[in-house]
Amino acid sequence: MKVYFDNNATTPLHPEVKNEMIAAMEMFGNPSSMHSYGREARANVENARRQVADFIGATEKEIVFVGSGSEANNTVLSLFVCGSSQCIPGSKMRSSIITTKIEHPCVLETSECLAHRGVRVKYLDVDQYGKIDLDQLAGMLGDDVGLVSIMMANNEIGTLQDIETIAEMVHASGALMHTDAVQAVGKVPVDVRSLGVDFLTISAHKIYGPKGIGALFVKKGVPYCPLIRGGHQELGRRAGTENTLGILGLAKAVEMRALEMPGEEDRLLELKNILRNGIENSIDDIHFNGHPTDSLASTLNVSFSGVEGEAILLYLDLEGIAVSTGSACASGSLDPSHVLLATGVDAELAHGSIRFSMGRQTTRQEVDYVLNVLPKIIERIRNMSTAYIKGGLHAASR
Amino acid sequence: MLQAGDWAYSETLKEHFMNPKNILQGEDTDAFDGVGMEGNLQCGDQMMVVIKVDKQKEVITDCQWKTYGCASAIASTSILSEMVKGRTLDQAFHISPKEVAEALGGLPDHKIHCSVLGDKALRASINNYYTRNGQEDKVKQEQVKVICQCMSITDHDIEDAVLEGARTYFELQERTKLGTVCGQCKDEAEVLLEKFKHIHFGV
Repeated sequence: MKVYFDNNATTPLHPEVKNEMIAAMEMFGNPSSMHSYGREARANVENARRQVADFIGATEKEIVFVGSGSEANNTVLSLFVCGSSQCIPGSKMRSSIITTKIEHPCVLETSECLAHRGVRVKYLDVDQYGKIDLDQLAGMLGDDVGLVSIMMANNEIGTLQDIETIAEMVHASGALMHTDAVQAVGKVPVDVRSLGVDFLTISAHKIYGPKGIGALFVKKGVPYCPLIRGGHQELGRRAGTENTLGILGLAKAVEMRALEMPGEEDRLLELKNILRNGIENSIDDIHFNGHPTDSLASTLNVSFSGVEGEAILLYLDLEGIAVSTGSACASGSLDPSHVLLATGVDAELAHGSIRFSMGRQTTRQEVDYVLNVLPKIIERIRNMSTAYIKGGLHAASR
Repeated sequence: MLQAGDWAYSETLKEHFMNPKNILQGEDTDAFDGVGMEGNLQCGDQMMVVIKVDKQKEVITDCQWKTYGCASAIASTSILSEMVKGRTLDQAFHISPKEVAEALGGLPDHKIHCSVLGDKALRASINNYYTRNGQEDKVKQEQVKVICQCMSITDHDIEDAVLEGARTYFELQERTKLGTVCGQCKDEAEVLLEKFKHIHFGV
């Protein structure tokens, strides 16, 4: 049996998206051309823009198509160091940004880069469930803060932040609000007006669309500075000939999400509870990561004491089950998950973490298969481990 | 493009990962003549190696192990336990991580550190055997000090890296992977880097 439980990494292309893209391959015109080929492409791109805008409650002009979620996040953060008065009114330049310790590396590494360019970066802590502390945020906000970037749903543990409340606080202090909603859009309802954000990041391949295409919501009237210059495309906000195929794929993906989302969250939540309870009942010495309720229905992250995550991942892979791990060994970085460490989990448990991320195609049979295979694998690895002590996880020493 | 069924590592490594040889069953090590343990849980790798020795010939007759770690760590301890059987204590003492990696059909760079713990644990078990058998004089104290606990990098490794051309902390890290996990050894490593540069190159 083949089971794909790594939908937070990427998702299989929706068959409808695939059909749309195959048909769109015939459409080769450059949307900037004035002839019929170009006009056809332009009409399709603008139609796609309207679909994406509608899906998140934005207007068409507020949608900028970009190459990835990472590009969207880089664009927002980098705008902050633009000193040009064309982009940010000079008098309003503020020298600090706020983000969290559990952001995607494309936000964290860009923030580090900004720090080297003179921007003061403040990092919010998270609690044991991955939630930020609103009091800490209130304490950090002030006249110096120009931008706050906080992800809506965490990719590793699924924890959701209260973006609406956060955005209110941020705006009250006079700063701009960005949320990386790559893992949230298409899984939970996202409406940019009710969230009250200035920038919001979307990625197609997390919602059964193609790779290499994303969208950035830029609220009308907020300061903006293009990361990629030299063309009038996207109203001058992102140069480069439009990825027409990708854009049409993204639009079809959100169209299908709108049709399929109703009821899906409840269904996935039920499967997640079966998976969670099944693991809890069949395997000792485990620790669930992430928030018990304010979390993506599709995502379950669990640490197994005394075993290393890459070994679990590869044994599961040999049984046809695809997951991911927060272990250092699987990342090539030698450090375990920064997200789990930020929640206060010790390094050993971070090394032993497995993320199960389900999707629209996930079935009860697949969950049952995982529950059948996983306990044997954990027992097998623990049997050869120097580090497993039965009951050790809950011993007084911890 | 990878074919379906291709694997992240070599076939030999896959075989030793799927069917690890000579796993120590249970916790009891009384039946063995030497016990050695290396690594730590924070870094994600820990290995224990136990040996039985033909005391007349000083030949290793059995080698078993436990490992907390990734696929490379499990497979490298497994293959090591096969390699040492029938070797004299002295031969086994000199098995290098490079030999282990080669026997596995090669390891990616970032996995080399997973294979260095097995031979360290083996040497610890051999020394433990000598100590237990009243042959303390034979205990080959590696006259080295581990500087980077996470990557098991010693002062000798730092000296070797300097001799091979490392002149800056960054170059030292590139060669040894020292200080790439918790980073606590940076100060001590920089002092040694300067010392060996001075001793060998007068700079």
